[in-house]
Amino acid sequence: MANSPALDIKAYAAHMATALDLPLPAEYAPAVEANLAVAFRLAPLFLDFALPDEIEPAPVFVADKKST
Amino acid sequence: MTNWTTKPAHAIADAVRHGAVSARQVAQQHLAAIAAQNDLLKAYTDITIDRALAKADAIDRSRARGDSLPPLAGAPFAVKNLFDVKGIVTRAGSKINRDNAPATSDATAVSRMEAAGAILLGALNMGEYAYDFTGRNVHDGNALNPHDRTCMSGGSSGGSGAAAAAGLASITLGSDTNGSIRVPASLCGLFGLKPTYGALSRAGTFPFVASLDHVGPLARSTLDLALTYDAMRGRDPGDPVCMGGREAPVVPELAKGIAGLRIAKADGYFAQMGSPEAFAAVDAVSRALGVTATVTIPEAHRARAAAFMITMIEGAALHIDRIRDRPQDFDPEVRDRLIAGAMLPGHWYVKAQKFRRWYHDAFLELFHTVDAILAPATPVSAPKLDQQTFRLDGQDLPVRPNLGIFTQPISFIGLPVVIVPVWPTSGMPVGVQIIAAPGREDIALRIAHDLERAGVVQSPVAKP
Repeated sequence: MANSPALDIKAYAAHMATALDLPLPAEYAPAVEANLAVAFRLAPLFLDFALPDEIEPAPVFVADKKST
Repeated sequence: MTNWTTKPAHAIADAVRHGAVSARQVAQQHLAAIAAQNDLLKAYTDITIDRALAKADAIDRSRARGDSLPPLAGAPFAVKNLFDVKGIVTRAGSKINRDNAPATSDATAVSRMEAAGAILLGALNMGEYAYDFTGRNVHDGNALNPHDRTCMSGGSSGGSGAAAAAGLASITLGSDTNGSIRVPASLCGLFGLKPTYGALSRAGTFPFVASLDHVGPLARSTLDLALTYDAMRGRDPGDPVCMGGREAPVVPELAKGIAGLRIAKADGYFAQMGSPEAFAAVDAVSRALGVTATVTIPEAHRARAAAFMITMIEGAALHIDRIRDRPQDFDPEVRDRLIAGAMLPGHWYVKAQKFRRWYHDAFLELFHTVDAILAPATPVSAPKLDQQTFRLDGQDLPVRPNLGIFTQPISFIGLPVVIVPVWPTSGMPVGVQIIAAPGREDIALRIAHDLERAGVVQSPVAKP
């Protein structure tokens, strides 16, 4: 699961802003929280998709396998 | 007198080569059109008049000497303002980067276009730091859609879409991380090419999401896309992921037509969450090509989610110092997404990159049975400029992140895509994606060229 049923986006944003020294004045907070909510909604779509441990991440990605 | 601003680049180059017009006349006509329309359209942020005229004069002198002219001789082009242009600050759509020194050299793409004879007219408006699908910019003004100025141009290459559609350049270069070439091409009624990831050099461009960033052209003809691809291809040590693209040029491939190509229409994810006009465009293209087969792109909804997350996290990582030091100088819509991205867990990112590998392998299996796949480019034609939501399949969704729902799952694994513009009987155009296997830009371009010759797709210049 990507997120706990107890997830409190507002508290998460406030805590992470403090921990990571990110700006979160009152005028930014609603939009930051809304964006976080989207992220937490989308993340399970790939986090919950079973993959083998051995599969290689693609941080430097080469799409052009065949170089035709 | 011929109005060269309505002509495609290849026609201009032919005319210059044969002496029907001088490169200076062509450049002057375009510069005059920019002067007349740019205050309204907000397509350009920088206009390189002296450089353009000097280059045009050099081409005219070269012709007078009897030299053989290069393929894009005299064709005016312009670049999204994240491409370095010597002597100009690379603002990347931002206020913050305007404090940087002017670029000391040109991006590789700019150099290669000029080597092919194209004439740089300037730098183009874009969404801040390329994190945008609308063409809006709070610092430079919104790039408007020339076909209906009450509508979005699409982003983030909004100025690239507006300039090409208005005839303020025959070719424009943009970048595409999740759809930023394909969305403005769709909304502005243009042809667009997002090449294979790593095919064309990004050296000298301001990045957004290194894992996903591509550069490529928007234009009003398929031949112009092919000429631009050929001009820009080739390895470049300045871009560590640049493989150089195809070894053979694509222009000679266009004449081959579509005989023997296996083409299918994407179903499932790509047949939902779109407007009737978006699906009608795919159907029109399918009918013209005689396509009846369908294909299911596996787990596209998960791919979109993973691309979305990689974008949030890598984008935040790129801008973390600017977020901390100058948050007030960002477009608030961009800033607040970046701040949220900086708060996301690291293991999400790695899982997204692992999923990307799985999805790449699963998707490429499809190319054993098809050569190209058709899908809508955007879920709607151009929304109104200040429109915040649209209704798809009974859901009200925010416009800004959702204009890219059909483009994100494709660029996620770097497949080449050509956008073809379809015009309904009345109303605004909407694009269709022609998706091919890695390195097979030739196939997507052949199909697009065939549709263009049949009159099924077209890209007229907007009336001023």
